Amino acid sequence: MATVHDFGLAEKSNKEGLGNGPSPGPSRGPEPKFRVANLNFFYGPHQTLYDISLDIPPKRITALIGPSGCGKTTFLRALNRMHETVRHTRLEGEILLDNQSIMGLDVTQLRRRVGMVFQKSNPFPKSIFDNVAYGLRVNGWGKQRTLAEAVEQSLHRAALWDEVKDQLHKSAYALSGGQQQRLCIARALAVDPEAILLDEPCSALDPIATAKIEELLFHLKESCTIVIVTHNMQQAARASDYAGFFLLGKLIEFQETRVLFKTPARKETEDYITGRFG
Amino acid sequence: MKLRIIWRKSVNAVMLSLTALCALASVSVLLFILGYLVYHGGKSVTWSFFTQLPKPVGETGGGMANAIVGSGKLLLLAALVGVPIGFMAGVYLAEFAGSAMGFLIRYTTDLLNGVPSIVMGIFAFTMVVLPMHHFSALAGGLALGVMMIPIAVRSTEEFLRNVPHTLREGAMALGASKWKAVATVVIPAAARGILTGILLDLARVAGETAPLLFTAFGNRFWSSGWNQPTASLPVMIYTYAIAPYDDWHRQAWAAGLVLLGLVLLTNVGARWLLPKKAHVARG
Amino acid sequence: MTEGAGSRTRLRAFLDRLRSGDEVAHLLTLIFASAIILITFLLVYELWQNSALSRHQFGWHFLLSRTWDPVSEDYGALPFVFGTTLTSALALLIGIPLGVGAAIFLAEMAPPRISDFLTFLIELLAAVPSVIFGLLGIFIVVPLLRTAVMPFLKKTLGFLPVFKGPIYGVSLFAAGVVLSIMIIPFIISISREVLLSVPADQREGALALGATKWESTWKVVVPYARTGIMGSVFLSLARALGETMAVTMVIGNDPKISASLFAPGYSIAAVIANEFSEATNPLYINALVELGLVLFLLTIILNALARLLILVTTRRATGHA
Repeated sequence: MATVHDFGLAEKSNKEGLGNGPSPGPSRGPEPKFRVANLNFFYGPHQTLYDISLDIPPKRITALIGPSGCGKTTFLRALNRMHETVRHTRLEGEILLDNQSIMGLDVTQLRRRVGMVFQKSNPFPKSIFDNVAYGLRVNGWGKQRTLAEAVEQSLHRAALWDEVKDQLHKSAYALSGGQQQRLCIARALAVDPEAILLDEPCSALDPIATAKIEELLFHLKESCTIVIVTHNMQQAARASDYAGFFLLGKLIEFQETRVLFKTPARKETEDYITGRFG
Repeated sequence: MKLRIIWRKSVNAVMLSLTALCALASVSVLLFILGYLVYHGGKSVTWSFFTQLPKPVGETGGGMANAIVGSGKLLLLAALVGVPIGFMAGVYLAEFAGSAMGFLIRYTTDLLNGVPSIVMGIFAFTMVVLPMHHFSALAGGLALGVMMIPIAVRSTEEFLRNVPHTLREGAMALGASKWKAVATVVIPAAARGILTGILLDLARVAGETAPLLFTAFGNRFWSSGWNQPTASLPVMIYTYAIAPYDDWHRQAWAAGLVLLGLVLLTNVGARWLLPKKAHVARG
Repeated sequence: MTEGAGSRTRLRAFLDRLRSGDEVAHLLTLIFASAIILITFLLVYELWQNSALSRHQFGWHFLLSRTWDPVSEDYGALPFVFGTTLTSALALLIGIPLGVGAAIFLAEMAPPRISDFLTFLIELLAAVPSVIFGLLGIFIVVPLLRTAVMPFLKKTLGFLPVFKGPIYGVSLFAAGVVLSIMIIPFIISISREVLLSVPADQREGALALGATKWESTWKVVVPYARTGIMGSVFLSLARALGETMAVTMVIGNDPKISASLFAPGYSIAAVIANEFSEATNPLYINALVELGLVLFLLTIILNALARLLILVTTRRATGHA
């Protein structure tokens, strides 16, 4: 049997990641944060997701991998109903957050609970402080003093505080690419979300910036469920606890990361991981 | 063979020079205009020009204080009419409109843009002057205001569309509703461009004469309120220029210099403001 | 989820939007946008209503009658249509070669920095108010024409009927010249944009075959952009038709039709500008409004044609690429 490449760190970091509690598979252990059942997605007449079912475990990092254009981002964006900002999209099936259908929730409340970080950092043309405080203000939280505290706390969690604490009122665009992305993470964290969805957050960043973000995600999962779409298999292998492999709009396999990478159950998964296509 | 190549090269050189000449000739018109205005009117742009009222017909001296204030009044009214409608319609087109309604509004706006300014004057005349039975600043302001609408719409829509979609999405992903995202992130991001567009629009209507000829009409004295015939700088220039008095001609040049100076300053200033954005996204 | 749930989610989505304020924002902006449609309708309606007397009295004859006599209350549009058309045609005759030539230079032949700078100046020229052109027209252009240009033309080409007759200075000719100066910036900026939108591979194809810059421009780029340039001409024509102040200051204000360009004439916009505030009786006003209606329709048609032509060129360019 062909052994997959040893993404050396996989064994090590996954052992550490699954430190607390029993190691939950997709269908046992604590209640899944997201439960997706028979999800079909349509863009106009074209179907882009076919009968996806999966459970995303809480307070873990779940990676979605697969070649370009196979639906990972579409799936991610359905989790906080961002697909509704685009015309002609249609969703069939069920998505539950803590056992409640997300379609029944008020969408602005849903998006406060489930934050999103985009592929290319998109800080607002405002100051660093105002960027982080935006979500708080828009949701009607916080007088000035509590705002300042919340902003500081979020910047700490995003591992950015030390670098910007003296320039909070400078424009966000004065930061480097990696810093801007961490700012976007801080901004998402400010409203205290239960889950964060990240769409290839490091694809535009250099390895050092990438490492910083992977490390902060590792600490973040203690308080937050994290779902991350990534093109980078090594990143998925070293940084995630669970991984789902998408191909042409279908979910091929969903497993604990170390299992998926070492002993994939499906041939397509193995082919992708060993680089036969992608 | 060689002769042919020499011929083609010389044709090339000649046409290069000819077209360059066309361009330079066109540009030099601007310089001529400025030159003549400064030459004929420069000396007459004095303090009294800005502060005195016109003297009785036939007497020399006096100024255009009432025309300057009158133009200000008219522009204020025009902005009150044109900016809200233009801006909100632009927001509608950029953020909310479906394809059918969007097409209809854009087409109508284009239509309105093509209306000759004198016809706009007729419109304001029938809507305001006829019912009121007299000329007024209201009528003039309305004519100018309606003329402002199409450019305000286009300017607003264009700058809103230029804001990257990810900014909108970022705000909504934080829990902002669509209108909040637009109001607190998208519009501020486009604000500089929109303001510049509106400023240029104002500068354009500031120079319009035809729609005022039978709406605001004119006044040799101060006009109080909005219900009276009102003097304006462009109409003053016209009236003085076609009159037989040399002194009035002199004042017309001065007024022309002031008007053109303001218009050009606004245009140059706007173009200088626009490329410079404080928050330019890097990397 | 079953089909029935589709309408449930739509209702829910609507209620969500209502509560969040999105529906209100949509409605509010829609109201303002609809105001534009309302205003346009009103405009056309007022033009139609307020010309009713004149239309009923003269019918189609209005467009063909040469008489414009407020005293005997006989009105006809022909002298003004003639004046408007002639001056605009003259403006195009002078303006197209100069304007397209300049546009070719700016788009194709000039180095980018010079091109940008000159374009900036041309755009400033486009911002100059009409009444300023009128000032220059009366005091600079007309004397120049009267003392130098027109006598010269009369001497050399005086056998042509267009250059016969007494020279006053103010004339159809003067109006045409001033108009040409005013529309050149528009011809330049639109033609320049049209030329710039021609795909680079067209130029490169020609140059790769050994063509000179001029040959590539004249034989490949300009023909490709031909329709768009025509569109710019139409747009400028539409503008010229509506030009009021500069024309009325130099055209001579005489409602006659003559063969000579040196004779004074009148244009639609000019007569409205001059006589509207003095028109006291209803028929007079109605006749002037009817003239406004004619002008309005002319410019609408020209503008529509122009946009169509420009659209065709830019569509072709993007389809090609």
